[in-house]
Amino acid sequence: MKKKYFLNANILDPANSIEENGGLIINEDGNIEAIGKKVNENNIPSREKYIDLKGKYIFPGLVDMRVFVGEPGYEYKENFRTLSNAALSGGVTSAVTMPNTNPIIDNVSMVDFLKRRGRDKSKINIYPTASLTKNLEGSNMTEFGLLQKKGIIGFTDGIKTVQNTRVMSRIMNSAYDLGALVIQHAEDYYLAENGMMNDGVISTKLGLQGISDVAEKIIIERDLTLLDEFKCRYHISQISSSKSVKLIEEKKNFLNFSCGVSINNLSLNENDIGDFRTFLKLSPPLRTEEDRISLVEGLNKNIIDVIVSDHKPEDEEQKRLTFSKAATGSSGIETLLALSLELFHNGSVKLNTIIKALTSSPAKILKINKGNLKIGNDADFCIVDLNKPWIVKNNNLVSKSKNTSIENKKLQGKVTNTFVKGEELYKL
Amino acid sequence: MAIKTNKAVKISQKHLLGIQDLSISDVNFILSEAKQFIKLNRSENKKLNVLSGKTQINLFFEPSTRTQSSFELAGKRLGADVMSMNIVNSAIKKGETLIDTAMTLNAMHPNLIVVRHQDSGACNLLSQKVNCAVINAGDGRREHPTQALLDALTIIEKKEKIEGLRIAICGDILHSRVARSNIYLLNMLGAEVNIVAPTNLMPKNLEKFGVNKFSDMKKGLKDCDIVMMLRLQNERMNSSFLASNREYYEYYGLTPDKLDHAKKDALIMHPGPMNRGIEIDTNLADDINKSVIQEQVELGVAVRMACLKIFCN
Repeated sequence: MKKKYFLNANILDPANSIEENGGLIINEDGNIEAIGKKVNENNIPSREKYIDLKGKYIFPGLVDMRVFVGEPGYEYKENFRTLSNAALSGGVTSAVTMPNTNPIIDNVSMVDFLKRRGRDKSKINIYPTASLTKNLEGSNMTEFGLLQKKGIIGFTDGIKTVQNTRVMSRIMNSAYDLGALVIQHAEDYYLAENGMMNDGVISTKLGLQGISDVAEKIIIERDLTLLDEFKCRYHISQISSSKSVKLIEEKKNFLNFSCGVSINNLSLNENDIGDFRTFLKLSPPLRTEEDRISLVEGLNKNIIDVIVSDHKPEDEEQKRLTFSKAATGSSGIETLLALSLELFHNGSVKLNTIIKALTSSPAKILKINKGNLKIGNDADFCIVDLNKPWIVKNNNLVSKSKNTSIENKKLQGKVTNTFVKGEELYKL
Repeated sequence: MAIKTNKAVKISQKHLLGIQDLSISDVNFILSEAKQFIKLNRSENKKLNVLSGKTQINLFFEPSTRTQSSFELAGKRLGADVMSMNIVNSAIKKGETLIDTAMTLNAMHPNLIVVRHQDSGACNLLSQKVNCAVINAGDGRREHPTQALLDALTIIEKKEKIEGLRIAICGDILHSRVARSNIYLLNMLGAEVNIVAPTNLMPKNLEKFGVNKFSDMKKGLKDCDIVMMLRLQNERMNSSFLASNREYYEYYGLTPDKLDHAKKDALIMHPGPMNRGIEIDTNLADDINKSVIQEQVELGVAVRMACLKIFCN
C-alpha cells in the first residue's frame, strides 16, 4: 500500500483530545503515522501527492454497538457484504452484531461460522455478540468463557430480555468471573405484552396497545440492584424515557456501568408515527418529545455513553402489514452519523460529545482499540463534509433493506470517504 | 318515496375511516341524509335504486352479526349489488396479506368496500391500496364511526339535540372502538362526556380527549341524560383486568340504584351484543321507557344507508 497524505482537515479525535486543523499521514501498513496540526506540507516529500481536504472533517471510524445482520438465516434482509457496504457509506468501520439470527449465536460452532463469514465478506470490523441465554429462552446461560475465547465481544439476548431474576443474578456472577460484558435490552415482558408503541395519547388515539416506560425502568432498576451485589461489566443497550435517564443519573454516582441510546429515540418522537407508519414501529418505542429532550440532556451530561443505530433491516413484506402485525425495527447504520449531526447543527449537543458517543465511548466499553486516531493504530476513519445537505430516500439506501425511519428527511452532513486499515473502501 | 339530496353539500373525505377525519358539516350532512331513510325503513316498500349498478363488498375479518347484516341490508335497500366475503373460506386463511386481498378485490372494480378488522389502522392501510371508497365497520380498538353516528342519531331522535347533554360512556373503554368514536363525535356535537371505567380498563391520557374520567360509577352517572354501556369481553377476566364478573357487576354493572344518580328521564344505550347480568341489569335492558337499544339497531340501517350513498358518490 502506498503512503497517504491528507492536509487541511478538521480533525476530531475525542479519545486523544485532538480537535484541531491539521493533517494525517498513513503508512504503508495502513496505520496512522502522524496526525494533527504538526502535519503540514513540510512533512510531505515533494514527489508525493497529498489530498487537500479543504476543511472537511476527519473522525475516527464509527463503532456501532447495536447492529442486526441477517446472516445466518435471514440473508434476504441483510448479509455481511451488504451490511458492510451500508456501514461504510455511513462512516461506520466497526459493528457489534446481535445474536438474533437463525440459528441463534449461542454456541462455539456458530461463532466459527460467523467469524469466517465476517472475515470473508465484510470489509468492516465485525464484533459478534453471543446470546446471554441458550436459544434466547432466558433460562440457561451460554458458555461466556469459551465463546469469548472464540472472539465473542459481549453477551446479549438482543431483542429479548432476561426476565428471571435468579438467572440474571447468576449471569452477572459468571460474567464477573470471566470478565464478560453483559448487554441488556431492558423491557419487562408482562408490562409490555402485545405493546406496539409508547403508552400515551397517541396510542389511545390510534387504538394501539401501549408499552409503558415503567416496563423499561423496572428492568434497569432490577439489574442495577443486582449489579450492586454482583459487580460485572454491565451495559444497558438502549434507553428511551426520561424516567430511565433520571434513574441512571442517580445510580451512576455509586455504580459502574454504561448505557446507550438509539439515534431514533434521540431524533424522533411518537408523533412521527402519524398514520400508522410501520417503519417507526421500534423497540424501545419512540416516546414523547419530553422524553426525547431528556435523552439529549442525558447525552450532554454523560449519563448516556453511547449512540447506536439499532440497525434492524426488515424486508418490505414484513412492513407492509397492519401496525400490529408489522415487524419491529428500522434500517439505520448508514444514516447514524448524519442523523446524529442534526443534534449538532440544531445546537442541542456539542460535536465532540456526539463523536465521542459514536467512537471512543463504545470502544472503551467493548475494550477494543478502535474509535480513535492514535499513532500506530489501524487507520480506520471517515472524511465528512459537515454541511453538505442531502435527503434520505429509501431507494438510495445501500442496505439491502429499505425500512428507514427517516424517509424524506433532510439532513446536513455526509460521509464522503471511509477508510479501513488505511484502505479507501467508500467514496461518495 | 322520494329521497331528496342536498346537491350543494359535499363530504370532505373520500373514505369513512373514522370520526376523527370528519368535520361537523360532514357529520350533519350524514345525519340529515340518514333521517330521511328512517321513514323509508318503516314503510312497506323499502327498495330504492340510488345505488343500482354499484357494487358493495363487505369484508369482515372479525365475526359480527348486527353490523354486517345492517350494512348488507342498507346496501340492498339502496339497490346495490352486495357481496359479503366469508373470511373463513377465503385466501386470507391461506396466508394472503391484507394488501394482497385489497388488490384482488380492487381488480373487481367495486364502488364500496366495508371493512371490519381486528387490527387498528387496517382500514387506513387498505384505503391506500384501492380506488373505491372504504367504509370502516370497526378496526381494532381505534374507531367504529357508523356506530357513533347511529348513536348520535338515536340521541337526536329521542332528545332532539346533543349539545348541552351530559352523556356517560361506561365499561371497557380501553379495548373499545365504540367509545373512541363516540368520544370524538359527542364532543364535536357539544355534549359533556363522562367516561366511567375501572382504571385497568381506562386508556392512558384519556383526559386529554376532552372528557371527564370516573372510576366510581355513581359519580360518573350523576345528572346524566344518556347512559351508554359497553360490552365487557369475557377474556378480560383471564388477564387480571378484573377479578370476576360478579364483582364487575357490583361496581360497574348498570343497575336501578346506580341509574338513580342519572337524570330521571335518562336513556340507556348499548351497542350490543349485551352481557345481561354483567354490564347491565336484564330488566333495565328491556325497559321500554328507558332503554333505546332496539332503536339503535333500527337507526343503524338508516345511518349506514346514508354513509353508503354519500361515500359511493
